[in-house]
This record gives sequence, C-alpha cells and structure tokens, in this order.
Amino acid sequence: MLEKTGLPTDDDLKKVIPDKERLAKGAVVIIECFQKIPCDPCAISCQFGAIKPFKDINDLPQVDFNKCTGCGICISACPGLAIFVIDNNYSENKALIKLPYEMLPLPEKGKEVYALDRAGKIVSKAKVVRVQKIKNKTNIISISVHKNMAMKVRSIKVEDKKNEG
Amino acid sequence: MKKTNLAIIGGGPAGLSAAICAASSGAKITLIDDSLELGGQLIKQTHKFFGSKKQFAGIRGIEIAKNLLQEIKKYKNIELIGNATVTGYYEDGILTIVQGSNGDIFIKLLPDRIIVATGASENMLTFVNNDLPGVYGAGAVQTLMNLYGVVPGNNVLMVGAGNIGLIVSYQLLQAGIKVEAIVEALPRIGGYLVHASKIRRLGVPIYTSHSLKEVYGNDGVEKAVISEINKDFEFIPGTEKELKVDTVCLAVGLSPLSDLLWQAGCQMKYIAELGGYVALRDDHMKSSLDNIYIAGDVAGIEEASSAMLEGKIAGLNAAVSLGYRVDNFLELNRNLRKELEELRANPLSEKVKIGLEKALLKREVDQ
Ligand SMILES: Cc1cc2nc3c(=O)[nH]c(=O)nc-3n(C[C@H](O)[C@H](O)[C@H](O)COP(=O)(O)OP(=O)(O)OC[C@H]3O[C@@H](n4cnc5c(N)ncnc54)[C@H](O)[C@@H]3O)c2cc1C
Ligand code: SF4
Ligand code: SF4
Repeated sequence: MLEKTGLPTDDDLKKVIPDKERLAKGAVVIIECFQKIPCDPCAISCQFGAIKPFKDINDLPQVDFNKCTGCGICISACPGLAIFVIDNNYSENKALIKLPYEMLPLPEKGKEVYALDRAGKIVSKAKVVRVQKIKNKTNIISISVHKNMAMKVRSIKVEDKKNEG
Repeated sequence: MKKTNLAIIGGGPAGLSAAICAASSGAKITLIDDSLELGGQLIKQTHKFFGSKKQFAGIRGIEIAKNLLQEIKKYKNIELIGNATVTGYYEDGILTIVQGSNGDIFIKLLPDRIIVATGASENMLTFVNNDLPGVYGAGAVQTLMNLYGVVPGNNVLMVGAGNIGLIVSYQLLQAGIKVEAIVEALPRIGGYLVHASKIRRLGVPIYTSHSLKEVYGNDGVEKAVISEINKDFEFIPGTEKELKVDTVCLAVGLSPLSDLLWQAGCQMKYIAELGGYVALRDDHMKSSLDNIYIAGDVAGIEEASSAMLEGKIAGLNAAVSLGYRVDNFLELNRNLRKELEELRANPLSEKVKIGLEKALLKREVDQ
C-alpha cells in the first residue's frame, strides 16, 4: 500500500507507535520511516541514545521509547521529514504535536491553522503553540489538537491571508 | 597549445571531488564546466540530502556545492575554466573547448589524463502534443525556480514518481505552485517513500500504474489527460481523468551524457540498470583507455553521494598513474571503495549493483 500510494497503513504505523503506557507518560517520538534507504542523520542527532546507533547506513531507525525525552531535536535533522513528537499529556483533552515544516509563510504562535492528515485532508483545526525557527530551515511547529486526532494529524495548512474575513 | 596533467570535464559533485582529491597530490589540474556556476546538479537542490553524515547527509545540495568550492579554492594547482564546453576529443589526445556566452573563445588543451564527469541528460516522453509550451523537463523547472526565481506555471502535473519527480514536486509546492497530481507508470513509487509521504501530507495524490496520454491547448498546455495502464503499459480504456493544468513536468529518468567517451573510442555498453550507454571501467574508475577515467552520473545514474566517492577514486588513481605521490594511497583507495560499497548496500541500490557488475572491466593484476 505504502509503495503504491505513499500512505502508511495501520499495520505500518503499529510498528512505530509507542504503547499506551508510554504515550500516557508524555512527549515521545514517532518515526514514520519504513523503507531501508542510505540515511542516518536521525540516529546521529539524538543526544539521549533513544535512536539506536546504526550498524549499517541503510538500517531503519529503532527507538527506545523509554530513553526518548520528546525533545524534538531529531525532527529537523531528518531529510525525509518523517519524524514527529506527540505529547498526550498536554492537557486534559488536547495533545501536542511537534512537526517539521518547510513552507512559507510560517504560522503565527497563538493562531489557528488547519490540521491535515497523512493524505493532506483537512481533519480539524489546530492551535499553534510554538514556532521554532531552526538554522537548517526545517522549522518545528508545535500544535495542539484534540486527543483523538493525535495519531491522525501530520501536517498543517496556514490559512491564506487573502481569504481571511 | 595549453598543457595540463589532468583535465576534468564537468564541475558537478563528481568533477569537483575528483579535482580536490587529485590536487592534493600536487598534479596540475584543469577543470572545465559549461555552466556559469560550478556545482552541477547540486546548485539546484534546495532539499536536504540523504546519505551518511560523512557524505554530507542532512545538508542541502547547494550547501554541499559551496563546501566543495571552498575546498577547491585552497589549491593553487587547480585551474578553473568556466562557462566553457568541451566539444571534442581528438586522436592525438587534444580536447577542444569553446568558451564564453557567444562561444567565441576557442581553447585547445593537451592533458596527460582525462576524467569525464559530465553527468546526465533528461529523458523525453512521447505523447500527443509533447511539443506544446508548458511541457518541461524537471531539470528545466528546477533551474527556473531555484536558480532564476521564476515560476514555470500555476498548476502542474508531474510525470514520474522517482526521487526527482517527488523532490521537484515538493519544491514546486514550496514555491506556492499547485501540484495537481503525480503519475507513475510503474505499479510502485520509485523514489524514497519518505519523500512520497511528505508530498501526500500536502494533499498531492500519487497515481501509480498511470501515465500521461495527451495534452491539450492552443498556445500552451491547458489540460492533460491521464489514464490507468495495465502491466503491459497499455492504456486501459475508460479510466481517463482530465486535469486542468498549465504545466506538465517530465521526470522520467536520466541518461548518461557519454558523447565524449564515444568519441574517444572507449568501450561502451548499453546497461539499462545504469540508465543507458556507459563506458566500461575497472574498479579504479578507469575506462578501457589508459588515459580516460569516468565518475558520477556519466558512469551510471546514481546519487551525488556516490558521484563524490567515484570522483575521489578517479582523481586519486589518475594522479597516481602519472607518478604523483599520495600518502597512504592504497589505504585511501581501499577505504573509498568500501564507503561506496556501504552506500550501495540497500535494497534500492540492487538494480545499480547489477548494472555496475555488467560494466566492470576486470584488471589483469589486482593490487
Ligand atoms: C531533483 C534532483 C534531486 C536529487 N537529490 C539527490 C539527493 O537527495 N541525494 C543525492 O545524493 N543525490 C541527489 N540527486 C542526484 C545528484 O544530483 C546527481 O547524481 C549528481 O549531481 C551527479 O553528479 P555528477 O557530477 O556526475 O553530474 P552533474 O551534477 O550533472 O554535473 C555535471 C556537470 O558537467 C557539465 N558538463 C556536461 N558536459 C560538459 C561538457 N561537454 N563540457 C563542459 N561541461 C560539461 C554540466 O553542465 C554539469 O555542470 C538529485 C538529482 C536531482 C535532479
Ligand atoms: S525526540 Fe529527542 S530524545 Fe526523542 S528520539 Fe528525538 S532527539 Fe532523541
Ligand atoms: S533521518 Fe529520517 S529518513 Fe533518514 S533514516 Fe532517519 S527517519 Fe528515516
């Protein structure tokens, strides 16, 4: 499926999503990278040893979720923009998603944006909690969404200024 | 007549790496490139590269070019001839070079060794109206956007879901251009799936087992018809979809730019896995002719990371073959070859490896 459409299946995702207990503990990384390619910046970027060092440059990233602090450093290191951090403890009914963003304009902190799923479909609205400008230009945007959207939302769309009220 | 130890044709990642590696031996290097800016394909690549940390992974292509150029500038024994095309290779070993925007400067160069690192050219596709304005190669679209800051159109259909098709689609989206769809004739996406997924997240559909059938328009592209194809690559009637686009971007593969190697009389072979006709070579990147080496996409369509390693191997061996000394040469050479091997140790490189096996000239004595 993934090879045909570019969309990971539920089975693919099962392999990379931490278990309920870990998710309940707060911010944790989810690496949606399913194909062996010659690439290793994620493993090198993690200062906490949460992404196992690669034996072979073509290895798939393997995460020790208990070591992951959810810091998000790896997000902007990944050339595949495949890394996200999910914090299910953000508030009573909201989860925080940190995602990589290379589009302009950047969203503004505090504003609402559209939240998109893996197929680019608008599935809800999200609030921009933080905008981190990163030197390598893969910026990190933190958004809050309803908890039941935490495993669906993987992208945002900034509302076009021209179409605003 | 100008003389030099080593002429390097092409200033992409392969040629630049070859120059740096050879220059460290003290040999006199002349590097010729036909663009205004050195760096080859790299200067158009605004995305972060894959590969290992050693080969600049996670760094954007343009930055890699800058790093290489800085290295080049450290060597007094590298001469750069820019905005100049090597137009011919003659039996007496002379290269003819035409320089300048009007091509009015003519240079004859006699090198002891030559490294051909000319890269590749884009493939065309046959469909009705493929000569309409608005039909571009992906390379042209990249040059327009990333070098000149000009948008090629407003609504684009991308043909080809290899890495180039996927990456150029992403760059179009970054430039604020709508990509209506990506079609791919094969039943699966050929490029890295992480690239495919990041484009899907931005709402662009990818249709595998689909191809472009026709393009309509008066003075330029106005719409495109795509259709599903069966496993024999025939259009399946009744599956046509019409897309309102003003631009069709073709990313249907590259072919090695091997004209000079033909002219020189190198042993050539058609190897589909490497993208077309390539020169046979030994594992020092030397062609069947003792004075000609090859490196990069011209030796087989691959990646900048492999092009740089091949360039280093070619540069090193060409310099040493002229009697220049390089400390730890054997070890260096072995390490470079090992790095190449590691880089190619992934399932996506299987095809390339089969091709490279077919392109290998066995040397009589192996050190
Ligand atoms: C869209 C896109 C994305 C890519 N992404 C990646 C990536 O993420 N990672 C990666 O590793 N690789 C990537 N690549 C591949 C990489 O860019 C190429 O494999 C690499 O540039 C090949 O290097 P080269 O030096 O062989 O050729 P080139 O970079 O093509 O350089 C050849 C140079 O030679 C010049 N030349 C040709 N003929 C002559 C002549 N007769 N006289 C003088 N000069 C001449 C050309 O003008 C050019 O400047 C990508 C390529 C494209 C198109
Ligand atoms: S989020 Fe931080 S700790 Fe977790 S894997 Fe990424 S870099 Fe390591
Ligand atoms: S850096 Fe990103 S694309 Fe590369 S291996 Fe790690 S997760 Fe995959």
